[in-house]
Amino acid sequence: MKDKNPKPATKSTGARNGAGVIIDFLKKSGVELVFGYPGGAVIPLYDALYDSGIRHILTRHEQAAIHAADGYARSTGRIGVVFATSGPGATNLVTGLANAHMDSVPLVAITGQVATTSLGSDSFQEADIYGISIPVTKYNYLVKDPRMLPKVLAEAFYLAGSGRPGPILVDVPKDIQTTVIDTPFPTKPVSIPGYIPRPPVDQKQVEAMVAALTMSRRPIVYLGGGATITGVAPEIIKIAESLDTAVATTLPAKGVFPDDHPLSLGLPGMHGTKYANLAINESDLILALGVRFDDRVVGDVRRFAPRAMVVHVDIDPAEIGKRLAPDIAVVGDLKTVLGLALKIVKPTEKSAWRKRIAQLKAEFPLFVPRSELEIKPQAVIKTLSDLTAGESIIVTDVGQHQMWAAQHYVSKKPRRFLSSGGLGTMGFGLPAAMGAQLALPGEKTVLITGDGSFQMNIQELATIREHNLPVKILILNNGCLGMVRQWQQFFFDHRHSESIFGFNPDFAKLAQVYGLSACRVKKPEEMDGAVRNLLAGDGPALLDVMVAREENVLPMIPPGMGQTDFYEEKG
Amino acid sequence: MKKLISILARNRPGVLSHVAGLITRRGYNVESIAAGPTEHPDITRITLVVAGDEHILEQVVRQFRKLIDVISVEVPSYGHALTGELALISISADSVIREEILNLATLLGLKVMDIQEDSLTLMAVGTAHTVDTAVVRFSAYSIKALARTGVVALPKPIPESG
Ligand SMILES: Cc1ncc(C[n+]2csc(CCOP(=O)(O)OP(=O)(O)O)c2C)c(N)n1
Repeated sequence: MKDKNPKPATKSTGARNGAGVIIDFLKKSGVELVFGYPGGAVIPLYDALYDSGIRHILTRHEQAAIHAADGYARSTGRIGVVFATSGPGATNLVTGLANAHMDSVPLVAITGQVATTSLGSDSFQEADIYGISIPVTKYNYLVKDPRMLPKVLAEAFYLAGSGRPGPILVDVPKDIQTTVIDTPFPTKPVSIPGYIPRPPVDQKQVEAMVAALTMSRRPIVYLGGGATITGVAPEIIKIAESLDTAVATTLPAKGVFPDDHPLSLGLPGMHGTKYANLAINESDLILALGVRFDDRVVGDVRRFAPRAMVVHVDIDPAEIGKRLAPDIAVVGDLKTVLGLALKIVKPTEKSAWRKRIAQLKAEFPLFVPRSELEIKPQAVIKTLSDLTAGESIIVTDVGQHQMWAAQHYVSKKPRRFLSSGGLGTMGFGLPAAMGAQLALPGEKTVLITGDGSFQMNIQELATIREHNLPVKILILNNGCLGMVRQWQQFFFDHRHSESIFGFNPDFAKLAQVYGLSACRVKKPEEMDGAVRNLLAGDGPALLDVMVAREENVLPMIPPGMGQTDFYEEKG
Repeated sequence: MKKLISILARNRPGVLSHVAGLITRRGYNVESIAAGPTEHPDITRITLVVAGDEHILEQVVRQFRKLIDVISVEVPSYGHALTGELALISISADSVIREEILNLATLLGLKVMDIQEDSLTLMAVGTAHTVDTAVVRFSAYSIKALARTGVVALPKPIPESG
């Protein structure tokens, strides 16, 4: 197309270019914070951002940008937004998309793409991010027609946050960003045929569920990420207390039910408490709320809760029967379902079960080892938990430290324990902690990480320093990929193939170079004071805790085994 | 067990990628897939023939329903759907057996599309069953090449007596 007097695209009057449409849309939707990283294919987008008033956090890697958006979303329930350029910028988002997809985190990723005229010609920094991201997003778009952009954006935000939330990717070719678009934003609320974000709840099924729960003598609520997403903490407490129901909270639900409640069973599954798994084994009714019956929780499905009737409540009909066929299924939003249930629940005492739970908890407590020679990682978490009174936002990475945090940190509020559950992404922690701290500046954010995971996104120390985010970084430094080392010890006869680091930097010195206050602690008697110090300051800080190398996460049910097949450590 | 799955989906550029990706990702066994426009320009009909036990099929259907582009999913029994398929069958046929093959083709209602010195190409059109039968019958001869469209189906509007 030849235009003798091309309009300067960025300085249009009423109509704006595609990039302007995106920014207008974000403003209109109340987005105040975006994470990202620029590049050739998004320069127009960044130009429109320049004086828009929207805050943008420039991370040091696109993966960190999307994990930060994820941390922002997990801690608030709002939609996280991330920008990246085409090609390598976009492919660097893939892990973050998969991570958010697995844990149902609402995100919108906007990527630049080569111009529509060059699409499919292997041009510079072209990657088929649309094709690549299909299996790791809830839905995705490649915008080829500028007139579609307003509608696509409206749909993307609607889809990300509604129903079972998830990440949406919108790939916007560079020429679409620079084309003047006068198509208005849709004024009607988005509706997509066949997409039912809030399936109608079948009252009969709710009645069946309540009847089963009331009749049950040994009921357990098994809580999943759906409980965090729908914010049903008050409802769960009512159900638990009025029906003497014990509550097992999986990783993404941690905090929905207070860990220090007498009816709390803590974490079930592979590294769950013995009492949670034993109680599930004895239970006659499992009320599974917003869960996937993940293999890390149920182990061998055929041996999961063998004496129990299973009631499964989930908003996603595709989860019903995916791994385990429930006796009663209720499809619907948890908040609605539990609201209906509470209207008809009649409080019933099950004092024998209450006693049994107390007895199991007393008999098989979680063990915090102590030593005078070396710092035990579990003891560090216990100290942190006591010092923060369970009130901090805890973010973890992936590995042993994550499981110890899940076991020993006493959480009391939902959305205050952020961890990569489904994908188990090392490197999630530091950027996610950044995102959470930016979302909730008034709250103390503590990252619990390992020396392996920390080095996967260590470059974000710069971002933390730049914005003076008071994130407290606690490294449980065992000099190895502890979780891998543990599996090798247990199941591969101590053959520690490539799981021990031959070198690690001095993380405290490194952090100091980045401008953080930091120190290292080795002696058990200095640990408590060091953790206090870490938490005390106003700015970003790091504590490198040298912990026992050969410590294992116990209890453990080996993969694929039954609920009570606890691993017995050989001498 | 084979089942028909009839999907109505929004006619979007990526819809086939989403459907095909789901099939490979979840490891389902798909025998055929056929897609084409409907009476509504914005809507595509995708017909799949899927093999697997009842439990797996139920999962497949749920996963399809979950796709954002998918508007509806039906699993009509063969008795409650109109089905159609087309196959091109190229068979080695020298002068000795040509006659025999042509007779069988007439008997089964196949059209002759091409005749070469040493081969014949036939077209079978009909219900999924008709085409299956033709392919099975001619496999007794030497089939040089075979192309099938995959089954397309229209669920019958009134199930029982319709
Ligand atoms: C990106 C990524 N790569 C590999 C793994 C496999 N993996 C799981 S735990 C683990 C070890 C983590 O080591 P570290 O962060 O030091 O924690 P530790 O287990 O020692 O507490 C590894 C390698 C993973 N989860 N994520």
